[in-house]
Amino acid sequence: MTAALELHNVTKEFPGEPPVRALDDVSLRIDHGELVAVVGPSGSGKSTLLNVMGTLDRPTHGIVSVDGIDTAARTDDEVAGIRARKIGFVFQQFFLLPGMSAIENVSNGLLYQGVPPRERAARSIEALERVGLGHRLQHPPNHLSGGERQRVAVARALVHSPSFVLADEPTGNLDSKSTEAVMKLIHDLHSEGTTIVVITHDTAIAESLPRQVAVHDGALASDSARRDRAVVAT
Amino acid sequence: MMTSSTESTASKLRLGDVFRVGASGPRARKMRTALSALGVSIGIAALVGVLGLSESSKSALLDEISSLGTNLLTVEAGGGFGAGDSALPDTALATISRIPTVTNASAVWEVDADVYRNEFIPQGETGSLSVVAADVELVETLNGELAVGQFLDESTSAYPNAVVGSVAAERLGIRNLDQATYILIGDDYVEVIGILEEFPLAADLDRAVLIGKDAAIDFYDAGENPAVVYTRVVDGAIDSTRDVLPTTADPKNPEEVTVSRPSDALEAQAAADDALTTLFLGLGAVALLVGGIGVANVMVIAVIERRGEIGLRRSLGATRAHIRRQFLTEAVILSVLGGIGGVIVGVSATYVYATSQGWRVIIPQEAAVGGFLGAIAIGAIAGLYPAMRAAKLAPTEALRS
Repeated sequence: MTAALELHNVTKEFPGEPPVRALDDVSLRIDHGELVAVVGPSGSGKSTLLNVMGTLDRPTHGIVSVDGIDTAARTDDEVAGIRARKIGFVFQQFFLLPGMSAIENVSNGLLYQGVPPRERAARSIEALERVGLGHRLQHPPNHLSGGERQRVAVARALVHSPSFVLADEPTGNLDSKSTEAVMKLIHDLHSEGTTIVVITHDTAIAESLPRQVAVHDGALASDSARRDRAVVAT
Repeated sequence: MMTSSTESTASKLRLGDVFRVGASGPRARKMRTALSALGVSIGIAALVGVLGLSESSKSALLDEISSLGTNLLTVEAGGGFGAGDSALPDTALATISRIPTVTNASAVWEVDADVYRNEFIPQGETGSLSVVAADVELVETLNGELAVGQFLDESTSAYPNAVVGSVAAERLGIRNLDQATYILIGDDYVEVIGILEEFPLAADLDRAVLIGKDAAIDFYDAGENPAVVYTRVVDGAIDSTRDVLPTTADPKNPEEVTVSRPSDALEAQAAADDALTTLFLGLGAVALLVGGIGVANVMVIAVIERRGEIGLRRSLGATRAHIRRQFLTEAVILSVLGGIGGVIVGVSATYVYATSQGWRVIIPQEAAVGGFLGAIAIGAIAGLYPAMRAAKLAPTEALRS
C-alpha cells in the first residue's frame, strides 16, 4: 500500500561557512490512518523536517514522496498542486485571515484546487460541523476564542480531504482547556481515519499519541513504531 | 507507485477567484483602502474636472463667438504717422457701405464732452466714460441687444437722448429706466432712453454713452469724421474685404487705417484657455502620479505585513503566479476604486460649476474613459513591484513570522 508520506535518506543543508546540516539522512514512512508525533527540542531540526514533509522546502538530497508522488521530479507549481490536494496544514499561529468569516477561511483550503465557490461553501460548512463549529459559521476570527480559531484552522486543513494533516505545535498558543479540546479533536479525527502528524516540543502531548518520532540534531533519535517492530522481531 | 498525472496535481485558481482573492485584502482593511484610493481619485478628479470644465467653457466661448459672428471687421484710424489725432475721412462710412461684400456698416464719432450723473459730481470724476455719437444701425451691426429701453432711432437721435453702455450704466448708477432718468453731458441734461447689454466684440462701447449723430453735431459740435466704422462682411469674403478696406476708407492715407477682427481676440482667449488647461492637466497628472505612488506604498506595506498570509496561501497550494496575481489585482482594485470616485467627483464638479456659469455641460468621453483606464494602468504599474516581491517570498520564510 502507498504511504501517505515517505522520506528516503533526506538531508537538508543550508548554505554558509561551514554549511549547516539541519537534517541528516532522515528516513521515515507514515502510513494512511496513522497519528504520529514528531517531537524534539527547539533547534533539533524539527521545523526543517516539517517544511520538508510539507513540501514547503526541498531537501538537498533524498526523496520525499507524498501519496506515492515523488516531489523531486515535479516543478514548483506542481508541488504547489500537491499541497493543494494532498496536504493540510495547521499552524501554531492559526493564520486565519482577518475580515473573513469561518466559512470563507475554511473554503480557502479548496481555493487553489479550482473548486467552484458554491461547492467550497458547502464542503466548508461540513468541515466546520465536523470540528464542532456548526454554530460559528459566519463569525470572523476576532469573534472566536483561541480554541475555536484553531478548530477553524483544523477544518481548513481537512476540507480538501488531504492524504495527511501536518499540525505544527497546534496547541502552542492555547490555554490548557483549549489544548485539551483540540487534542481530543485530533484523536477523534484520527479515529475517523484521518492521517495526522503533530510536530511538538511538548513530550506530554507526544506521549498521548500512538506513535512518537524523536528528532535530535537533525537525525531521528528514536521511532516508537520501529521499536515496536523491533520488539516483535525478537 | 507513481499514479497521479501532472494534470491532476496542478494547482489552479479560477478567474473569478483571482478577483475575489484580490478583493479580500481591500475588503478587510476598509479605511486603508479608502485612503489609498483617495489619492488616485484626487488625480483622476483633477484630470476629468479640468478637461470637462475647459471643454464646457470653451464651448460656451465658441457659442458666443458664433452667435456674435466672426464676420465683423472694425475700421479705425491709427497706425501710421501721427496716429493720435487722425480720424477717418467723413466719406468713410459711405464708401465702405458701397463695397459689395459688406452687408452692414455703422460708425461712431467722438464727441468732446464729459458725462456726469448730475451737476454735483466734481469735474474730475468722469468715471473714464466717453461720449460718442452713433448711427441708428449700430446695435444691429454689432448683434447687440438692449437690456432696458430702446436704441436711438431717426427721431430720437436728432435730440438730446442717450443710450448708455453696460459699464457706463453701472458707473452712472443707472439700473433701470422706470422713471425718467437724466444725465449731464457737457452742460446739458440728456434723457437716458436705453441701457445696452455687453458688447463682447466692441468692449469700448460698454464704457460709452451714445447719443445720436445729428444731436452730436447740433449740440456738441462734433465733427463728421467717424472714429470707428463697424463692418459686417459676407462670410466667405472676409479676407478679401479686409484687404480693400483701408483704401476704401481713406484712399489718400490707406496706411493710417487699421482694420481688425474683434472675434480674433475671443479666439485668442480660447487658445489661451487651452494653454491654461494644459498646465492644469499637468498638475492633475502630477496628482495622479502621487496617488499611484501612494498605492505602491500601501502595497509594499501590505506585502510586508501580510507575510503570514502569503505563507499560508503558499501552504494551501498557491503558486508564485497566484500570489503575484492576487497583489496585482489588489492594487488595480484600489486604483480603480479611486478612478471611479475620481470620475464621479470630476464629473459632478464640472456639472456644478458649468451649470452655475450657465454653460452647456460637456464631459469629454476621452476624459471619463481615459481617467478610468488611466487608473487601471496606474494600479497595475504601482502593484507590479510589490506583487513581484510577494511572489518571490519563499513559503518557509513567509511562515516564519
